[in-house]
Amino acid sequence: MTWLIHILNGLAFGMLLFLLAAGLSLIYGLMRILNLTHGSFYLVGGYIGLTVMQFTGSFVLALIAAVVVVALIGAVIERFFLRRFHLDELPQTLVTFGFLFIFSDLSLWIWGGNPLMLNVPHIFQGSVPMGYYSYPYYRLFLIAVGFVVAGGLWWFQERTRLGTMLRAGVDDAEIARALGINVSLLFTLVFAAGAALAAFAGVLAGPVLSLYPGADFEVLIFAFVVVVVGGLGSLRGALAGALLVGIIDDFGKAFFPQFALFTVFVPMAVILVMRPTGLFGRQ
Amino acid sequence: MTALTIDNVSKNFGGVAALSGISLDIESGERRVLLGPNGAGKTTLFHTISGNVVPSAGRIMLFGADITRLRPDRRARLGLARTFQITNLFPRLTVLESVLLALDGASGCGMRLVASPSNARVMDMQAHGLLERWGLAEASSRIVRTLSYGEQRQLEIALALAGKPRLLLLDEPTAGLSPAETRRVVAMVHELPRDMTIVMIEHDMDVAFELADRIAVMHLGRLIAEGDQAAIRSNQQVTDIYLGAE
Amino acid sequence: MTARLWSIAGAAAVLVLLVALPAFLREYSIALATKMLIFALFAMSLDLLLGYTGLASLGHAAYFGVAAYTVALLVVRAGVSSGLAFPAALAAAAVTGAVFAPLALRARGSYFLMITFALSQVVWSVAFGWRTLTNGDDGMPNVVRPNFGFSLDNTAAFYYFTLAVVGVATVLLAAIVRSPFGRALRGIRESESRMRALGFDVWRYQYVAFVLSAAFAGVAGALYAYYNRFVGPEYLYVIQSAEALIMVILGGAGTLIGPAVGAGVIVFLEDFISSLTQHWVLVLGVIYVLVTLFAPRGLIGLVNDARRRLSAK
Repeated sequence: MTWLIHILNGLAFGMLLFLLAAGLSLIYGLMRILNLTHGSFYLVGGYIGLTVMQFTGSFVLALIAAVVVVALIGAVIERFFLRRFHLDELPQTLVTFGFLFIFSDLSLWIWGGNPLMLNVPHIFQGSVPMGYYSYPYYRLFLIAVGFVVAGGLWWFQERTRLGTMLRAGVDDAEIARALGINVSLLFTLVFAAGAALAAFAGVLAGPVLSLYPGADFEVLIFAFVVVVVGGLGSLRGALAGALLVGIIDDFGKAFFPQFALFTVFVPMAVILVMRPTGLFGRQ
Repeated sequence: MTALTIDNVSKNFGGVAALSGISLDIESGERRVLLGPNGAGKTTLFHTISGNVVPSAGRIMLFGADITRLRPDRRARLGLARTFQITNLFPRLTVLESVLLALDGASGCGMRLVASPSNARVMDMQAHGLLERWGLAEASSRIVRTLSYGEQRQLEIALALAGKPRLLLLDEPTAGLSPAETRRVVAMVHELPRDMTIVMIEHDMDVAFELADRIAVMHLGRLIAEGDQAAIRSNQQVTDIYLGAE
Repeated sequence: MTARLWSIAGAAAVLVLLVALPAFLREYSIALATKMLIFALFAMSLDLLLGYTGLASLGHAAYFGVAAYTVALLVVRAGVSSGLAFPAALAAAAVTGAVFAPLALRARGSYFLMITFALSQVVWSVAFGWRTLTNGDDGMPNVVRPNFGFSLDNTAAFYYFTLAVVGVATVLLAAIVRSPFGRALRGIRESESRMRALGFDVWRYQYVAFVLSAAFAGVAGALYAYYNRFVGPEYLYVIQSAEALIMVILGGAGTLIGPAVGAGVIVFLEDFISSLTQHWVLVLGVIYVLVTLFAPRGLIGLVNDARRRLSAK
């Protein structure tokens, strides 16, 4: 039964990672940008959700507010700071790193250094009995949300025209424009959507993980690991990688606490060395 | 001596047959032109000769040596040089540096972490000589990406020639050039030593017929005609393809 | 001809300034200058790989940290003399590079970035987790500085030692990038396929560049171990690798002097701004964004643009 608990924990954490990795992968797949500000979107989103929930008591409002605000921030960053460096990786790296620093300090300034947690929304309080144990409803909710979002993104990618464009990778902006695609708008929307997913994850994570200075960086590393293992630019890879990493991390912490971090990085390195593009990545 | 033997070479890209059973013999010193409409597979064939693409079947022999699976840099050291259809230069290096690299590559000297001053002087002279011959002497200290398209195409050829190759592959050397620039390139190719074997992909019929000893015509991945100018001109299939393709 | 004379004069002036520094700075500033030199070397070592060969690595701290830990382990655990630990550290860093290179070179671009990140994180987690060997998170104090007949405990003495080592390393790096080998690296950066078509064994050149770059990073790492007299897992963490990357980009990749300047500027700013406000991270972040907007080719890029505009007049 403990195995099941660990697997469920791994899945719950994995789903949060998936939300992050999906956004990161989406942004990379379309724009070839490795967004170092992604962890900040998560943390700032979580903090905004926390504040909204403190004022309104509504988890739903918290989610909406976080997603909308962070999406806007993302759109502004893409439009005014990233677009001019299309395919120029070095300035992109410096600028997203700069924003990571900015948001990191600002959130410390605004919300302080103590770890904060959101309250579990009313409907999901309590747990479901499982043999000798009981498992929190909220975590099951996380797993469910993850699947719903994954399904939604998959549907969007496979069944809509916009999704097809994204899948095509839009490697050549000129061809894309010739096909009538408003590439600039697409870039901004996708970046904003990625940021929104990260913020969404931040609020959802609020009740299980805490929000604290430095979480932005730690979560960015995890997201990187997932995206790398799953393959840059692949939605399937983001899901597979996220669940894999989530489960490995949980088992690692449980059975090899001393080497907990090792257990995540070694499989990552091994997978990469065998398949440099990750499990589902494109060459 | 046969410079290049292409023996029943085929190449499939995931189900699409880019090349089907191409067989060609090119004699040492020959000037061979490859003709064919777009998509005929001419550049793919070049890629198999230069090593950028490995054939799915068949063999390629360079001066008697089987090079079918050999890496591109090894083939270059055996005396093969090529230009690329899409200009492939060093955007941020200077013209002179590009030529020095070409000379370095051809010298087979291996990695040199220390440059002896006398060696550097010799190479410098060689480089300038090469640039003079190709009319790029004034541009020697300019950054490659600031060159005009025509100058860049000239540099492509100059780099390929730097190592005095035995077999030279020219992929559409006159594409996009003005008539004057085309004249210059044709004149240069005429002046190349007769012991150098040259295979060219060309679209400009005048250039092709002016430079070619023999011509090979490709269509949809197959070789459909081969022979001297007269033979090709009178070949019905060839005319059909070109008239049909217009 | 005069341009060259100006460069030589400039270099000489910088050298004189660096040598004379301790005479008119207080001890704290001399120590800071030492740290600037160490990170200048670290940044230059990464520039060899990133700016000249075109391979962006997010795992350069691995070689920096391996060298530092080699010093600490030999001196603290094995009682080896500090001076002897130095070449051993260099060798350890180079060997690590030699082992990681074939793995990392299976990829390019972003994937190369990821593999180097992954490999260095594995090293970090070993240092972090193997408490019996490395003390884990607590780190290893009591790293003694080398004694070549005179003690290097004095801040100014250690500064001159660092200046000498970094100076020699810089001269070597400059020679490497100016050599035919260095030219080949730049050719590879611009177009691997073109280089292959010209007869170059591209992989071999990238491999050598990788190992050299790791070795120089190791020199910086060993120096940093002596400087702090302490080694901890943060030497190996991705933040250290990211900092090096930022120093290179900020200063101007592919120029050697750019990254050195970038490192000096960042080390200085971190110290200076944190003494002015607790929000120094915010200020740094804003600076990075502004530099990107106004100097996308880095600080040296700005200088080069200004020089070009002046000579055009």
